[in-house]
Amino acid sequence: MQCPKCRAPMQTYNRNGVQIEQCNGCRGIFLDYGELEALTRLESQWAQQAPPAAPPAAPAPAPAPQAYPAAQPPAWGAPQPGHGHHGHYRHQSFGRMLFSS
Amino acid sequence: MTTSVIRELTATARAAAHGPYAECACPARPAVLADRADGTVVRHGGTVAKAHAPDADREGLAARLAVAAHPALASVLLAPLDLPAAELDGRPVTCWPHGTPVDPEAPQDAPWEAAGALLARLHATPVEALPGPLPEMRGPHKAALAVDRMRRTRPPEAVAAVVEGAWSALPPWARAESAPPGPPHLCHGDLHLGQLVRHPAPHGPWHLIDVDDLGLGNPAWDLARPAAWYAAGLLAPDDWLRFIGAYGAAHGPAVPSDADPWPVLDVPARALTVQTAALAVAKATAARRELDEAELALLDACDRMAAVPPELPAGAAK
Repeated sequence: MQCPKCRAPMQTYNRNGVQIEQCNGCRGIFLDYGELEALTRLESQWAQQAPPAAPPAAPAPAPAPQAYPAAQPPAWGAPQPGHGHHGHYRHQSFGRMLFSS
Repeated sequence: MTTSVIRELTATARAAAHGPYAECACPARPAVLADRADGTVVRHGGTVAKAHAPDADREGLAARLAVAAHPALASVLLAPLDLPAAELDGRPVTCWPHGTPVDPEAPQDAPWEAAGALLARLHATPVEALPGPLPEMRGPHKAALAVDRMRRTRPPEAVAAVVEGAWSALPPWARAESAPPGPPHLCHGDLHLGQLVRHPAPHGPWHLIDVDDLGLGNPAWDLARPAAWYAAGLLAPDDWLRFIGAYGAAHGPAVPSDADPWPVLDVPARALTVQTAALAVAKATAARRELDEAELALLDACDRMAAVPPELPAGAAK
């Protein structure tokens, strides 16, 4: 699709399972119906996981700086991280791969 | 490499350990640690001698050795022994203190935090302070060599097409066809678990070894091999987070400290995925065997890349 603001082509990226369109020109982002809600839902799920739980009156706990963004593999990554081949150190081939160029 | 050259390299290591005429009472027998076309490594006691590739860039190697010997990097890179330049059978030879490597039988104990922190310090080293001129980091060049090696083995067309598709979608800099984006940093160029040793052996702090590919480049390249393993579903998420978390905690400059690192890692991680897949295909084709599970995971990742164009780093097209 074309960017509604600057008319440059937009590319589709997958962010945390949500498809977003980003403009190659102005870097603006376009969200389809329901996608903002999907992102908000992911954010709140993640905030709930962040220890320790804050008391109800206190502001929401600040996000752990590293865990959230780095944990998400790219859109071309293996589906279901953590449930695929992950952690196959006992797999001889990956064991060798860890030590070679 | 011929036995005689290994014997001579062993003699070099022995002489570096004891001096040329001293008697040797080392209990351990000399050991060949590696024997490949691009590097033969022999250990004698506390000393290691390495014969580099015959076509190694001599000036580049001298500059890389000077960096490894520089005090600014004493706690990051293992320093070479201070010996005059030598050659053996047309290959440059260097000598190093022996360090204790990561146990290949226990990769689950790999020092991911140390790897991340060492790279952060390497990348943050001010380049002006180092002896130069520094050559380019050879990472993208090695990716191109891997694809070339795959082509020469003439693999099955369908397999080659997957790797070639992912390779051709990469921007020119990741295929060693143009300069990398961003300010140049000092980079290792070939990070894997075989590039870490404890020195002094066996309990000293971890150091990075092997400066053959070291030079100026895009520092995200050094994070990209673990990133590629993680993206392919091979490296456990915990290990990936230990590595990238330690890099961020040590203020590594390759990725933003407070935002998603993947826009920066995307292209280098794709390139390392292609490189590793290409080498796997080359080896499997030469050995007339099928790809195994880990190798197929990398090929699958190459296949999935076709559906998602490479990310532009923030600000690249503004």
